Amino acid sequence: MPIPGPALRARIEPNATAPELIRNFCIIAHIDHGKSTLADRMLQLTGVVEARAMRAQYLDRMDIERERGITIKSQAVRMPWQVDETPYALNMIDTPGHVDFTYEVSRSLAACEGAVLLVDAAQGIEAQTLANLYLAMENDLEIIPVLNKIDLPAAQPEKYAEEIGNLVGVDPDDVLRVSGKTGVGVEELLDRIVAKIPAPVGNPDASARAMIFDSVYDIYRGVVTYVRVVDGNLNPRERIAMMSTGATHELLEIGVISPEPNPTKGIGVGEVGYLITGVKDVRQSKVGDTVTTQVKPATEALGGYEDPKPMVFSGLYPIDGSDYPALRDALDKLKLNDAALNYEPETSVALGFGFRVGFLGLLHLEIVRERLEREFNLDLISTAPNVIYDVDLEDRTTVVVTNPSEFPSGKIREVREPVVRATILTPSEFVGTVMGLCTERRGSLLGMDYLSEDRVELRYTLPLAEIVFDFFDQLKSRTRGYASLDYETTGDQAADLVKVDILLQGDKVDAFSAIVHKDKAYDYGVRMTEKLKELIPRQQFEVPIQAAVGARVIARETIRAMRKDVLAKCYGGDISRKRKLLEKQKEGKKRMKTIGSVEVPKDAFIAALSSDASGGKDKK
Amino acid sequence: MPQLPEGVPVPDDGALPAWVVGSHPTRFGVYVHVPFCSVRCGYCDFNTYTASELGGGASQHSYATTALSEVTLARRVLDDAGLGERPVSTVFFGGGTPTMLPASDLVRILGGVRDAWGLADDAEVTTEANPDSVTPQSLAELRAGGFTRVSFGMQSAVPHVLATLDRTHDPLRIPDVVRWARDAGLDVSLDLIYGTPGETLDDWRASLEAAIATDVDHVSAYALVVEPGTKMGAQVKRGLLPLPDEDDQATKYELADALLAAAGYEWYEVSNWARGGIEGPHACRHNLAYWRGDDWWGVGPGAHSYVAGAHPEHAGVRWWNVKHPRRYAALLEDGRSPGAARELLTHEDGELERVMLQVRLSEGLPLDALTPSARTAVATLVGQGLLDGRAALGADGRDRRALLTLRGRLLADAVVRALT
Repeated sequence: MPIPGPALRARIEPNATAPELIRNFCIIAHIDHGKSTLADRMLQLTGVVEARAMRAQYLDRMDIERERGITIKSQAVRMPWQVDETPYALNMIDTPGHVDFTYEVSRSLAACEGAVLLVDAAQGIEAQTLANLYLAMENDLEIIPVLNKIDLPAAQPEKYAEEIGNLVGVDPDDVLRVSGKTGVGVEELLDRIVAKIPAPVGNPDASARAMIFDSVYDIYRGVVTYVRVVDGNLNPRERIAMMSTGATHELLEIGVISPEPNPTKGIGVGEVGYLITGVKDVRQSKVGDTVTTQVKPATEALGGYEDPKPMVFSGLYPIDGSDYPALRDALDKLKLNDAALNYEPETSVALGFGFRVGFLGLLHLEIVRERLEREFNLDLISTAPNVIYDVDLEDRTTVVVTNPSEFPSGKIREVREPVVRATILTPSEFVGTVMGLCTERRGSLLGMDYLSEDRVELRYTLPLAEIVFDFFDQLKSRTRGYASLDYETTGDQAADLVKVDILLQGDKVDAFSAIVHKDKAYDYGVRMTEKLKELIPRQQFEVPIQAAVGARVIARETIRAMRKDVLAKCYGGDISRKRKLLEKQKEGKKRMKTIGSVEVPKDAFIAALSSDASGGKDKK
Repeated sequence: MPQLPEGVPVPDDGALPAWVVGSHPTRFGVYVHVPFCSVRCGYCDFNTYTASELGGGASQHSYATTALSEVTLARRVLDDAGLGERPVSTVFFGGGTPTMLPASDLVRILGGVRDAWGLADDAEVTTEANPDSVTPQSLAELRAGGFTRVSFGMQSAVPHVLATLDRTHDPLRIPDVVRWARDAGLDVSLDLIYGTPGETLDDWRASLEAAIATDVDHVSAYALVVEPGTKMGAQVKRGLLPLPDEDDQATKYELADALLAAAGYEWYEVSNWARGGIEGPHACRHNLAYWRGDDWWGVGPGAHSYVAGAHPEHAGVRWWNVKHPRRYAALLEDGRSPGAARELLTHEDGELERVMLQVRLSEGLPLDALTPSARTAVATLVGQGLLDGRAALGADGRDRRALLTLRGRLLADAVVRALT
């Protein structure tokens, strides 16, 4: 009987559950390897959600998550389970599945004692899953390897059981085989979670210490903070303190999620729950921070706290300049729920007023942009994403450049760019192709391992800027979609970088400036000038389009002057039609930006910028 | 005229809005549309029909009678608006091919116009003509009936160009028909088309030289426009013909202007050149009336008409007749206006049209009448070489005006957008 009866249930009430009856686990999986479906099935089997109330992917709240099949914000659900005559409280902590959110993943993992490694039985492990698996292993989590989707005709459970068995160090026969869709093997998995994953350990009498592993803004409740209690316990109406800042808040509500929030009398050692303090900004309740009580504060915070650090920057501009205030309001709102989002106003000669926005990575950028467009109805132009550069000048000062147009023009001693350690998993037939791509992108090989006969793990150091620039699309297209990528930033390196400016009739178009490696400046210049020549309509005068490094022109195209713009015949019967045509043309002119004296359709900016901006990872 | 513009309904009796009543003393012209051709040319999107396209019910034989019934209606409508007592300054028969009708029918329609309003002493009466469809006799008959001017659709002197245009006439006939018309006492104009697919610059030069050699007093030269819905439009769409190249057309325009100027023809409108220029005896006064904003009544299927008005909200009214000759005839037979729809022009519309039309003329557009922001744009346009600097400053001793340069004529639409 998997669901405990009332007598047993009393033993696993929140704030009154012995730590040995608690199991905290997460599921590590690649997007669309079926994590949400499996989670749904667990909710059903444990009776937390009745079958008829079930909606697919119950835990993914935001529409975008549901549509893209990815989970941005983790959640934690408490589920009852029974093995033999003992009741257990299982806390399933849902981890974000993407590299941009590695830090959040690491905090989710830190809240658990074990992890279910979920792999699609038809596809095998992907690079990000591997990276998260390594992260979990580094955190000493107990790993339960599971193959999902065994109901699929294309499933190859033997092959992939071997692969993940090797990775985790278990016998392939011990790799569980489940189907989230049909429910096969899920009960067995829950039993195994109880059997294998260690119970949490903590000191119930010590000062309270709870780690924040997620923080979500809710328009009705303010910030909802998800915590894992390590020591002591947290109780309603206590004042709590955030150890990174010392800020204190009244605890308005405390409880567990199952699967809706249930207020409780508190949460104790090893338990996972939520806190509501009435704060309105997730920055006041930061992931990784330690919560303690004001009355009996802990002296030492739990380890591992970091401030989120933006790695990728892009300028966001409203297409209609009058939407600027609306864009600012929208960003202010998104920021409430996104501690990693930061932005400051900037102006562009070409694009007008907008914001330079820092993101954790490309997916984060895409999600923010999409939410701005969808939830706030804004039409945006985003400039090509770039990374952060440290530029040392001859006068010993350092300039931090987040926007290519700020790249200093004076004497430069050295430019440093961020680098990442990238892990690429690929079928072995594409190893040469992938190595070629990495070499083109200034990568250096760190190592290479065969995961199985026909799958290879390649490890590279690559400049982040190269990854930001359509690396993922290239990787996918050159490996027919088979390769997968993960990376983590590891520091920076000096590189021979230059700024390429694009000039229209001698006027710099700041939106098109880019910082690129010296060897690639020419390519960039040629590509941009050719593209702009196609996109910008002929003007009344000849328009040179130049790419320049400093004062040196490296590429040039010319838009020939338009010589004829007149209707030959204009007699009585033509006048109304002709007038309407002119009105339409004048209307079209409003959608032009004037650079110097060149009229550039806003669509041309979007087209010129967008094709370079599509470097998003794991868009399937 | 592939499609009529959108508009509001015209009253059954054709009555003009009350606010045009007694408003203004402009000159008054009449346009008569003759919607018949022997062959439909591949590039043509005018409202015209061959006998086989038309079928029964709207025959060429009864067309003069039908058109005259609209003239009668026009006189009544203008009378009701207090605008009936104006002698007609200009009459223009266009098409189609007006000379598909016997000269006697054209003369009869002109007679109806004369009966309705009277013709001014120096009235200009033009008909378009296909070189195929005139004889010395028919031209003499037109002159005797009151016509003063004929405009021949020459288009090109080069056989392969004419063939691409579906023109059936023999180019060698042009000098003859011009001579016949002049002998009959008619002022003569030739229409040319440049930029036809396959036409070389030398072909175009040959056409211009052939036109000049006839010693006519007026030449119109039009860039070929491939209109959607024409046979040529379909050929271009299917890739059977190349789309005319705008740079090539610009070069050909410049060649036309150079050759015509050297032969003594002055440009007086973007596509028109005449000996003596805009104020001379050979400029087409009917067309000038369109460009200067005078009133006109368009008789015939699909024809447009315009009457200016004085009203706080409206600058004038323009309407257009139903397109199909059969429907046109049926409405008139019913005693109803053949008007399909009309538009009541706002002052903003009127201003845009005034700039758009007058700037095309060699007399230019008086700067006094421009808005302050448009006057600012004039300086920029002079700087860009699109407007004549001396004219803009009044340095030639005349009122300051926006006068297109040669380059400006080729970019006239851009100038209009800048000035409005």
